[in-house]
Amino acid sequence: MTVQVRLPTVLRPHAGGQSTVTASGSTIGEVLADLVHSYPGMAGQVLTEDGTLHRFVNVYVDDDDVRYLEQLDTTVADGATVSILPAVAGGYGR
Amino acid sequence: MLRIPAPLYAQVLGHCVEGLPDEACGLLGGDPTGAVRRCYPTRNIAASAKLYEVDPVAHLRADRDAEANGLAIIGVFHSHTHTDAYPSPTDVAQAPDPDWHYVLVSLRDTQPVLRSYRISGGRIDEEPVIVEEDGSAP
Repeated sequence: MTVQVRLPTVLRPHAGGQSTVTASGSTIGEVLADLVHSYPGMAGQVLTEDGTLHRFVNVYVDDDDVRYLEQLDTTVADGATVSILPAVAGGYGR
Repeated sequence: MLRIPAPLYAQVLGHCVEGLPDEACGLLGGDPTGAVRRCYPTRNIAASAKLYEVDPVAHLRADRDAEANGLAIIGVFHSHTHTDAYPSPTDVAQAPDPDWHYVLVSLRDTQPVLRSYRISGGRIDEEPVIVEEDGSAP
């Protein structure tokens, strides 16, 4: 399966400035592994050293957040759009 | 510098007040010069007075809407219900993008206080906020 992967601005420098790249895989885990293989600068920013989804990013297949699907085991259809966005969180504490 | 039209400034403050007693949050769409052109109030899925987390699906929708309008997400706003309008260590540790504008709204006092910061590599720099009255926006 070949999918389009939309990158957040912080990851684009690792892909030559591209906002969208192609990657291959039948699951989100495979797609992200292929992405990191093609663009090693993203290693550690999308997947953890343990191979799990980094908590500081959200990954979507088309309109759905994969955390509410099968996470890295979520299947992707040929031609799907995978989006990566930063998880936006924080809070008081000073 | 962050430039924000008065109606969007009011929308940010209004969303923060409506979120009480919890922290409220949302995203800002605009251009790379720091001109805000869209406000995207989002649900705080942490539903907490101490933490916020932008609803990921709302973030995706906002990102697409901004892109469809020739804009980008250029920042995030959130409220501090009982502390200053200053980034907390949590805010700094989790700041997702050094190019973003980080808008804090303090609801500690009677009048909300809004300030904006750049956060990069753990460093916090406050920036001026220009509220553009009706008609002054390009």
